[in-house]
Amino acid sequence: MSPELYGLMMYAVGLLTLGGIYAIVSLGLNVQWGYTGLFNLGIAGFFAIGAYASAILTAPEVSSHIAGLRLPVVLGLVVAAAASGIVAYAIGRLTLRLQSDYLAIATIGVGEILRLILKNEAWLTNGALGISAIPRPFEGLPPPWDQFAFLAVVALVIALIYVLLERARLAPWGRVMRAIRDNETAARAAGKDTMRFRLEAFVLGSMIMGLGGGVYAHYVKFISPEAFEPMMTTFIVWVMLVAGGSGNNRGAIVGPLLVWTIWSVTEFATLRLPPEWTTQAAYLRIFLIGLALQIILQKAPRGLLPEPTVLSSVDKEKTAGPRARPSR
Amino acid sequence: MIELINFYLIPGIVLGCIYALGAIGLSLVFGILRFAHFAHGDLLTLGAYFALAVATTLAVPALWALPFAIAATAAAALLLDRLFYQPLRARHSVATVIASFGVALMIRSVVQLIWGPQDRVFESGIRPPLIIGDFRFAERHIYIVAAAAAIITLLHVFLTRTRAGKAMRAMSDEPSLARVSGINTERVVAWTWILAAALLAAGGLFLGIDTQVKPQMGFNLILPMFAAAILGGIGKPYGAIAGGLVVGLAEELATVPIGGTALVPPSYKSAVAFVILVAMLLWRPTGLFRGRVF
Repeated sequence: MSPELYGLMMYAVGLLTLGGIYAIVSLGLNVQWGYTGLFNLGIAGFFAIGAYASAILTAPEVSSHIAGLRLPVVLGLVVAAAASGIVAYAIGRLTLRLQSDYLAIATIGVGEILRLILKNEAWLTNGALGISAIPRPFEGLPPPWDQFAFLAVVALVIALIYVLLERARLAPWGRVMRAIRDNETAARAAGKDTMRFRLEAFVLGSMIMGLGGGVYAHYVKFISPEAFEPMMTTFIVWVMLVAGGSGNNRGAIVGPLLVWTIWSVTEFATLRLPPEWTTQAAYLRIFLIGLALQIILQKAPRGLLPEPTVLSSVDKEKTAGPRARPSR
Repeated sequence: MIELINFYLIPGIVLGCIYALGAIGLSLVFGILRFAHFAHGDLLTLGAYFALAVATTLAVPALWALPFAIAATAAAALLLDRLFYQPLRARHSVATVIASFGVALMIRSVVQLIWGPQDRVFESGIRPPLIIGDFRFAERHIYIVAAAAAIITLLHVFLTRTRAGKAMRAMSDEPSLARVSGINTERVVAWTWILAAALLAAGGLFLGIDTQVKPQMGFNLILPMFAAAILGGIGKPYGAIAGGLVVGLAEELATVPIGGTALVPPSYKSAVAFVILVAMLLWRPTGLFRGRVF
């Protein structure tokens, strides 16, 4: 294989890996926004909680902050999801009984507080220096197999979450979620504890985001507060989900892969510009992706893969099956 | 005691005035258009840069640039509403909040494209403070507070004496009643944006005079502004003024060292607004002045 082709292949593998990590986060947002209509503008915060939780538990010992537990990566990822879920539970309890705008405001606050903690609590997070030498699974394999193996791990995580979320979506739980999103009063009149269901969706979605953060930390091996530019991370995940099709789990996977590819290929292209234009081009890219979001929201609010309107298999059997009873 | 006034109380009031100017518009937009406007902070940034552009190109004192900045920011706000919020409003889409989040990033990238990422100042050099007895007043602090007080008085006249102002309060208090009494909704919406933008341009100018003009200046205010709006009660302009002052003072006073340790370490100063916000959502989501809860 020629070196150019090899380089291109490795670029594609890196693209798919990071795109896949965004897909994990986007699946989490889909549970919150797509299923239940919850505004989360603190995505970067939940992502960072997961990244730091897993990094602290698995990184080798250094003198400057708590580290050196060297726990297995799998355990780190479990704790990443759990830590994110606990924070989400606390925030959800405070704000979910109000209109979703308040949740959006409160989650922006979570992102801000977390940024302060990451910077200031150096005993825990090593402050601005960040955490390095985070172990990556299969890094002992000879290249390019280490990269392939990690991509396989990401794909496996996505597949597991996808299967879980599809089951949840088609289960009675998913139906209640859509009912709350589309008409909360009716859902409450039907005797559903809507507050509890919303809290469950918020916690589950945030746990998935935390898991995505954990996977990210193990992929890049080094994290610092600068890695989590709160607005940008949150914003790009929103664009990814809305472009892919909120409410559709396949859309929540395709959207990130597509948007990330566009994002990173255009970045690659602007790197060839003269240096004085490179920063300008970066701002222009952010502007254009913001504009793209507005166009999608107005012209194609259902996204690339719209939410399936099919009834669940149980409903089909009930309404169309031979033993269907006339509905009243 | 004198130190408390000079180094915490006065900066707290100045900061509070700036928060109040932002929070009034945020509260009215939330009350009348029914969505949390996340681009509010970045619109303030835009106002500050407009003022800076006028002040530097015409070589006039910063305060003279205010009318131009108000006009330009109001035009920008009306344009943003027409392009990005009005189409979603017409469809009753809940996605307006996300749209405003996107608008926030778009404004910031435009600011960085045109003016660059570096910090700017209105005038360089340090002026000696005004010393009256033991009190030390920075000159800029005096005219920021005076100008803010004048603007808020004008706002009061507008809200109580003009048809547009009364219609705005009516819409914010009881939208359905306002509509059946024949108030033109879209005109009230336009007035709301003009008013909000005018206050933001002033807030941006004052913050720029007090510190620097930089691309993130407005976004950093979004939490304190929301905290102030919720503290005062959504849709209550006078509540937002009180809320702004309370949040500004709380941020400064919480970091006063008492016996060597402060209630809040200075590095966590910006968390104070969040704590106020969460406390209000917990105990009294209608705010101190009984605003709306959605």
